[in-house]
Amino acid sequence: MKANGTAIKYGDNVDTDVIIPARYLNSSDPKELAQHCMEDIDKDFVNKVKPSDIMVGGKNFGCGSSREHAPISIKASGISCVIAETFARIFYRNSINIGLPIVECAEAAKAINDGDEVEVDFDTGVITDKTTGETYQGQAFPEFMQKIINAEGLINYINSK
Amino acid sequence: MGMTMTQKILAAHAGLDCVKAGDLIEADLDLVLGNDITSPVAINEMKKFDANHVFDKDKIALVPDHFTPNKDIKSAEHCKIVREFAKKNNITNYFEVGQMGIEHALLPEKGLVVAGDVVIGADSHTCTYGALGAFSTGIGSTDMAAGMATGKAWFKVPEAIKFVLTGKLNKWVTGKDVILHIIGKIGVDGALYKSMEFTGEGVASLTMDDRFTIANMAIEAGGKNGIFPVDEKTKEFIRDHSDREPVCYEADDDAEYSEVIEINLSELTPTVSFPHLPENTHTFDEIDDIKIDQVVIGSCTNGRIQDMREAAEILKGRKVAEGVRVIVIPATQKIYLQAVEEGLVSTFIEAGAVVSTPTCGPCLGGYMGILAEGERCVATTNRNFVGRMGHTGSEIYLASPAVAAASAVTGKISQPAELSL
Repeated sequence: MKANGTAIKYGDNVDTDVIIPARYLNSSDPKELAQHCMEDIDKDFVNKVKPSDIMVGGKNFGCGSSREHAPISIKASGISCVIAETFARIFYRNSINIGLPIVECAEAAKAINDGDEVEVDFDTGVITDKTTGETYQGQAFPEFMQKIINAEGLINYINSK
Repeated sequence: MGMTMTQKILAAHAGLDCVKAGDLIEADLDLVLGNDITSPVAINEMKKFDANHVFDKDKIALVPDHFTPNKDIKSAEHCKIVREFAKKNNITNYFEVGQMGIEHALLPEKGLVVAGDVVIGADSHTCTYGALGAFSTGIGSTDMAAGMATGKAWFKVPEAIKFVLTGKLNKWVTGKDVILHIIGKIGVDGALYKSMEFTGEGVASLTMDDRFTIANMAIEAGGKNGIFPVDEKTKEFIRDHSDREPVCYEADDDAEYSEVIEINLSELTPTVSFPHLPENTHTFDEIDDIKIDQVVIGSCTNGRIQDMREAAEILKGRKVAEGVRVIVIPATQKIYLQAVEEGLVSTFIEAGAVVSTPTCGPCLGGYMGILAEGERCVATTNRNFVGRMGHTGSEIYLASPAVAAASAVTGKISQPAELSL
């Protein structure tokens, strides 16, 4: 499986409060949450994001609150994959559990420019910046997590056991 | 090879003699927690399970605390979903407005967590219960749903950083200053994926409330959990609050740590985290006059009785500075009542502060104290991210209740020493 899209890039410590501000957490509807995704860090995000775009972040992406609404809003806004130098652990778990592909790769996260065309191959973990022609090896998921992703989320995985 | 305290608890709950950092395990859960924001998403996920019922009605805690008493119609609908789920499944530990409190102050008070437990909560500050010698960590709504249905959760066994505490805190220096100092030292991702194990002779001098505050903010350093050894103070607290027997685990002498950091408590001074990251810490030798508009004293970090007493001690006989709004939020009904009985609430009101029913409200910019553009707040809460308490152009300074109360009096960021205290 592959993701293909335009990179939308942010910096270090993108927290879940800026991904989806708490004032919108009185809703749990993915479409409604997507309308406010990234609002407190990038008001223009909802206008510029296209289906299958790829979000790129720096260190500690998704830090802060445990709100699953954060990866839900990113997924519902059309983002096909998030690449970051490192992810905060609750965000990492939540993304896998809801089936939002995320890849840790410091080299790619640093090098990819905003607006670059990027391809991510989930089977091999290889990230290609098609604009610059550079390729990077992302961290592969442990087998256990791959099973959860293949089952399209934790609940299906548990049901299938 | 020896195990850390966290690794021992996880091994015991996975039915294993030994685990090591990096192992993927499945652990039995003693408690699964959710609030009014995260539970509705989990309850919806539960419906996807082939077996749509809870594993144990006594081992789930549902605490509507974030937007309660309901701040608007949508929040009311969410709370209704949680209430009806609790009723349908006969959940023993559902806490309605009137009995509730901020979850991480409430659960220890109700005796729902004891030493040796494994607890997951769909709230990042679930790490608070490490103060009791339990393994507890924040997860999301899907993990909560899986936990409620199966009584199990998967974990990657963490490595640990060992914090060796020596010395003793000086007057007006608290657990909050300890954890802010640590986050300032190691950064907001300094303990990413790791346990933060607090040890050393300095632990004995810390009150349980200090320990709750320190463990509570482990997540602000990226930590998976923060954990304290079980001593006489812990045992006494558990005896006073719970009928359950604690199980005490100790780290092995040859346990491996990725890092050992020594903190001399005697050397710490009041510490403030400047916007917009908890790691952006400053001490008062480097803080100029910073005028403020609001003070919030409360939250799962600092809404306990010790926090109320410290704030009241400073506000007693003094007035809130003109132009400053002060909001005090005791974290639970019990703490609120205790504050009334001890005269603390009178002190707050006479000083010019408002006192609110328990709620997470302003801490996450929900309601009850939202900031306008350009406004500054000194808060005893746990996060000072952009827009966390309101407008993206507002600023939050994280501090102890003592610093918050002193700042309320002077109208600028101040420590108690500035009031000759």
